[in-house]
Amino acid sequence: MIRFILTRVGLVLPTFIGITLLAFAMIRLIPGDPVELLVGERGMTAERHAQLRAGLGLDKPLLVQYASYIGGVLHGDLGKSIVTKRPVSEEFFTLFPATVELSLCALLFAVLLGLPAGIIAAVRRGSTFDHTVMGVALTGYSMPIFWWGLLLIILFSGILGWTPVSGRISLLFYFDAVTGFMLIDSLLSGQEGAFVSTLSHLVLPTIVLGTIPLAVIARQTRSAMLEVLNEDYVRTARAKGLAPLRVIGLHALRNALIPVVTVIGLQVGVLFSGAVLTETIFAWPGIGKWLIDSISRRDYPSVQGGILLIATTVILVNLAVDLVYGLINPRIRHNR
Amino acid sequence: MSASIETPTAQVQAQVHEPPHPLREFWSYFSQNQGAVAGLLVFAVICLVAISADFTHPHPPNEQFREHFLQPPMWQEGGSAEFPLGTDAVGRDMLSRIMHGARYSLVIGLIVISLSLTAGITLGLVAAFHRGVIEIVVMRTMDILLSLPSLLLAVVIVAILGPDLFNAMLAISVVYIPHLVRLTRAAALTERSKDYVTASRVAGAGTLRLAVVTVLPNCLAPLIVQATLSFSSAILDAAALGFLGMGAQPPTPEWGTMLAEAREFVLRAWWVVTFPGVAILVTVLALNLLGDGLRDALDPKLKRM
Amino acid sequence: MKDRARGLALAAALGLTALTAQAKTLVYCSEGSPEGFNASLYTAGTTFDASSRQIFDRLVEFEPTNLTIVPGLAESWTISDDGLSYTFKLRAGVKFHASRNFTPSREFNADDVVYSFERQLLVDHPMHNVSGGQYEYFESMDMPALIQSIDKIDALTVRFTLNRPEAPFLSNLGMDFASIMSREQADALLAAGTPEKADLQPVGTGPFLLLAYQKDAVIRYKAHPDYWAGKAAIDDLIFAITPDASVRLQKLRAGECHVMAYPNPADIASIRSDPALILQEQAGMNIGYLAFNTEKAPFTDKRVRQALNMAVDKQAIIDAVYQGEGMIAKNPFPPTIWSYNESIQDYAYDPEGARRLLAEAGVSHLETDIWAMPVQRPYNPNARRMAELIQSDWAKVGVTARPVTFEWGEYLKRSKMGEHQTVLLGWTGDNGDPDNFLFTLLSCGAARDAANRARWCNEDFEALLMQAKSTADIARRTEYYEKAQVIFKEEAPWITIAHSVVFMPMRNEVVGYRIDPFGLHKFYGVDLQ
Repeated sequence: MIRFILTRVGLVLPTFIGITLLAFAMIRLIPGDPVELLVGERGMTAERHAQLRAGLGLDKPLLVQYASYIGGVLHGDLGKSIVTKRPVSEEFFTLFPATVELSLCALLFAVLLGLPAGIIAAVRRGSTFDHTVMGVALTGYSMPIFWWGLLLIILFSGILGWTPVSGRISLLFYFDAVTGFMLIDSLLSGQEGAFVSTLSHLVLPTIVLGTIPLAVIARQTRSAMLEVLNEDYVRTARAKGLAPLRVIGLHALRNALIPVVTVIGLQVGVLFSGAVLTETIFAWPGIGKWLIDSISRRDYPSVQGGILLIATTVILVNLAVDLVYGLINPRIRHNR
Repeated sequence: MSASIETPTAQVQAQVHEPPHPLREFWSYFSQNQGAVAGLLVFAVICLVAISADFTHPHPPNEQFREHFLQPPMWQEGGSAEFPLGTDAVGRDMLSRIMHGARYSLVIGLIVISLSLTAGITLGLVAAFHRGVIEIVVMRTMDILLSLPSLLLAVVIVAILGPDLFNAMLAISVVYIPHLVRLTRAAALTERSKDYVTASRVAGAGTLRLAVVTVLPNCLAPLIVQATLSFSSAILDAAALGFLGMGAQPPTPEWGTMLAEAREFVLRAWWVVTFPGVAILVTVLALNLLGDGLRDALDPKLKRM
Repeated sequence: MKDRARGLALAAALGLTALTAQAKTLVYCSEGSPEGFNASLYTAGTTFDASSRQIFDRLVEFEPTNLTIVPGLAESWTISDDGLSYTFKLRAGVKFHASRNFTPSREFNADDVVYSFERQLLVDHPMHNVSGGQYEYFESMDMPALIQSIDKIDALTVRFTLNRPEAPFLSNLGMDFASIMSREQADALLAAGTPEKADLQPVGTGPFLLLAYQKDAVIRYKAHPDYWAGKAAIDDLIFAITPDASVRLQKLRAGECHVMAYPNPADIASIRSDPALILQEQAGMNIGYLAFNTEKAPFTDKRVRQALNMAVDKQAIIDAVYQGEGMIAKNPFPPTIWSYNESIQDYAYDPEGARRLLAEAGVSHLETDIWAMPVQRPYNPNARRMAELIQSDWAKVGVTARPVTFEWGEYLKRSKMGEHQTVLLGWTGDNGDPDNFLFTLLSCGAARDAANRARWCNEDFEALLMQAKSTADIARRTEYYEKAQVIFKEEAPWITIAHSVVFMPMRNEVVGYRIDPFGLHKFYGVDLQ
């Protein structure tokens, strides 16, 4: 078991180094000059330009820049944003909770709806319910989510006026960020209506971001369930006359969940991609939007740090899923 | 991995039944799936529209009718049959633009799958047949690419190459490569250990011949399924890039770009926002239905998404 | 209407209503996050809106309608006859903000003025290198070369000594980088070893004090109770950061904010017709232009430049690019700035005449590029569309033009190096002084790899600018600048295209808002009914 964990962790290290290289190389390949962008039409003298580039360490050989970057990373220093002149890690971690909160809500939404839908669809294979769920799931899977977001805004915020257009909470509530998670902070604040306001702001983004994971989970659950329901031990259990609910709940579901857990883990990357779009549409103050902004401003340290931190998150989540998977499914552990 | 255990049984069964021609067999499976057939039909219509757009469109897609800014669709008050789906902010006919958009989307899908399939299969076979350092390098690189959210990776690549449609297609292709490499490698490794490959090797076939002529054809089923699904994702991703301003550039009637341009009219002119989105949804849905059908027909064991 | 009423009812039920009576809260839907809160470190208007315009005061301020200079923290000033020495008498009894983190023990005095400028001027000042230590605006207004010294004469008197006469200097002191910060706070933070907090928890004398900032979400301010010009009419000011223009408008309509920045040109008509909204508008202090590279043939010939001026249908550009909401430009700066020469005749749209003039200059089959920037700018909402229009106009007079674009930073750099033949660009004024347009954009000094994209250097024009710089007498300066505009039009290094119009949509209950001539947003003096 320990060997299994060690090999998995060992595999992560080279990936991590690769990521730092990739992030470092990529942002330097992007044409454009961050110094020039700082002053716009005004322009500056060549000397001043050189001086500012030197100030950012951009004049040194690439290898030296990389070495100093890695040195910083190892000390937990990701550099300072060129635009705001604040430490990148500070910027990242003030925005990160917003993205995590939204992603978790979306995932919860997807699991809570997708799992039961998939199970019932499998149990009632061929029924109208099955066809409807699968039809809806495939539609959801095919949905351009940025468009979906716009449609929901038109309908629920524009025409019906049920939900706020954007943001995380009504701005008239004011309390200090304790955890950075608005749902928790609004409860802690004890202000009446704050939690409800937070929820009402979360609804549309959650639906939009959760749509694709929901579709994937529903489909995956259904096919995993179908496979398990056909296995001999389930048939035996049924033949023994066990109550159908018991069969489904006890025997089938437990085994069907294994691949489903993997799929849920894989949705983390999908969620980040979706977050970029969802945050753009709903003006959600998270890291997806921040990264896109940083790219367009050629803010090297921010993009570099952001890519590194996001990739690390994805790697760690995948590692965790892998390990959990190995724990619940001994076959995998020995196979690899 | 479980597929390798099951395949021999499937083969045995197939032999017992004296199979008809593989294509006919495929069609008989495929046509049982109503959704897939519907998908195929819709897709065929979209292809037809795309091919014939130059002759069948009501107006040239970029012609601006200065007297008809943001005219609603024909069935709504203020609309006219001249512009069945209305016009956009500079008076261009929505229907014509959507018809031409179909062409862009199909081209995007085709180019992305050809690029990513070529690169993915090559790298996958290389990794499967050159185990050791090369394999490790290839597979680790794929891991690294996979650890970046796909849209983010695509955005960065487009930022490097410059925002235009072809670069967006390149970026999306790169994003799809890792999956294809893994798929090809896994399938090739399974096949490689089989007797017919060993036989061929003993008969003196070189590695290249072994990889391309002997092994590859037997790995095609999952790749075809993956390609169909990539086709639809490519359309979605290109539209997303267009929406972020990093795909096709205006005035190209690419659906995602049209949506991005239409965003400022969300509250004023629902038709400029709705129709490009519907077009994307319908196309992608048709392709996904088709993909599902193909998967079930080609390889009943590959039921996972 | 019904829908909106329902939306508001629901908002009220949730305790969201923005219109409660006790504390007056004004919500402003802003377009983005500020870079920070020390205006001298940054250059973006969004940053100035969030920092210098609310939190800080300057020695002098601009009168919003005619841009004359009025007293701010300085009650009065005298300029020596040689134009080298500026002495300011400071206002007494001005109080700094007291916040959670800092309680001022004294009132504003000369030390704060000296500190605010020396931090930027002196490389060895203990605060100079804090937060990056780059003061781009201070640099680009050439202050390090200009200022010889800043001296405290007594507690309420400060003298600036210059190295050379520079008439626009007084205007420069009204700019955002010249905001006055608290020396006492800086000293305290230096002693505590956390000097960077001076830029995060700003302490100024302005009408609002910063309460809290959440990146990409919200900035909160409270009215400064002891503001020297009287407490603001509103109690709380909130910036709701909303990058998407149509979302901002929707929030405005739903009553989630009272004032919004930068509406979509496409929405202007519907805002105008909405009875719940007011739309203020004013000519922006900017110019969008096309510059000919006068170092490259045939643009060295002024007849060619004039001909291409005549070939462009500016009204069509206003309609298609500015959605009709712009103003044709004939001079290199907008009419809101003093010394604008009304008597200048613009080149009329005349393709026939243009063709004749080109033939006269012996130019046929001219091929050129038109550089179009990839980004939306205040003075040009869509450069690519503009380039396409100019391309088709020029085609009518036999000139083949090819639109070219680069990534924005690259675009600025390459055009500065003069790689273009013709380039679209523009300028937004910094201090309302004609010098800020003419000298920065068209002087000989700027022609070498600087902001003068036409790379145009005309001795007569230059002489007039230099004369105007060395006198503080507005009447004489006006005369020089009016003459300079005549030369500019005749020589035609640019096609002056348009001045955009600044729009501010706001709800009916907002009173007292005045559009800032610099396109910034200031909320002192605004009230809610």
